[in-house]
Amino acid sequence: MPIPTREEMYRALEERHGAELQRKLDSASVAVCGLGGLGSNIAIALARAGVGQLRIIDFDIVDISNLNRQQYFPDQLGKPKAEAMRDTLERIAPYCNITSHNMKLTEENIPVMLADADIIVEAFDKSDQKAMLVNCVLENMPEKYLVSGSGMAGIAPSNMITTKRITKSFYLCGDGVSDAEDGMGLVSSRVLICAGHQAHAVIRIIAGEFDI
Amino acid sequence: MVKINGELLEKDGKTVTEMLSDMEISGQRVAVEINEEIVPKVKYDETILKDGDHVEVVRFVGGG
Repeated sequence: MPIPTREEMYRALEERHGAELQRKLDSASVAVCGLGGLGSNIAIALARAGVGQLRIIDFDIVDISNLNRQQYFPDQLGKPKAEAMRDTLERIAPYCNITSHNMKLTEENIPVMLADADIIVEAFDKSDQKAMLVNCVLENMPEKYLVSGSGMAGIAPSNMITTKRITKSFYLCGDGVSDAEDGMGLVSSRVLICAGHQAHAVIRIIAGEFDI
Repeated sequence: MVKINGELLEKDGKTVTEMLSDMEISGQRVAVEINEEIVPKVKYDETILKDGDHVEVVRFVGGG
């Protein structure tokens, strides 16, 4: 069966979200930095909601150890995550404007790579890289909204994971303490909860609802 | 008194570096804001906390 037209897809989203929210989602531009357990789930949620412009960035390749929580398939092992995720997003949201980059973000390239995003999502794995991206964006790009994730490892209760608004434009999701670097495993359901918090913070910002 | 992550503490006159060291936190895994303004990492040694400051120390842990 042929896929629906752009107009049919848009109308279906409009029916669920309302015309005003859908117009905002359609014109929004979001960058997802890191496409692991957080980023792959966040990117899918945003594509399904009808975010119009998505920039997805990761330097890693799909590994068998990712499949417990990240949105990749066994037949994608060895592929760059940016490419594998673009393929999946194109199936989910064929009219979304997706730009994918198989590269490592650094303090030097972040201001250029993320210049056109309204909202930047930090979805890295390593704590020092999370801090690097957050500091770099807050120092150099204070006009951007930034949604970061910290603390979702292990199987502690779901309700420890929250969204905090640290400043006017900086949101932080997670429990703040459960550290994968302490050897705690990452479990699909809990990573998904944190990813859900981050994706939902993005959608609320797009909607112009800034409270938490 | 300085409010750090919601808690009033006697850290007036200390630098951000000294505050992080008192809290036993590595400067590599944090973002520090004073009165809603980010403190650039290169200024941790020279930024001095003042009475009435609101400080947020965001600690990053691994996993994603």
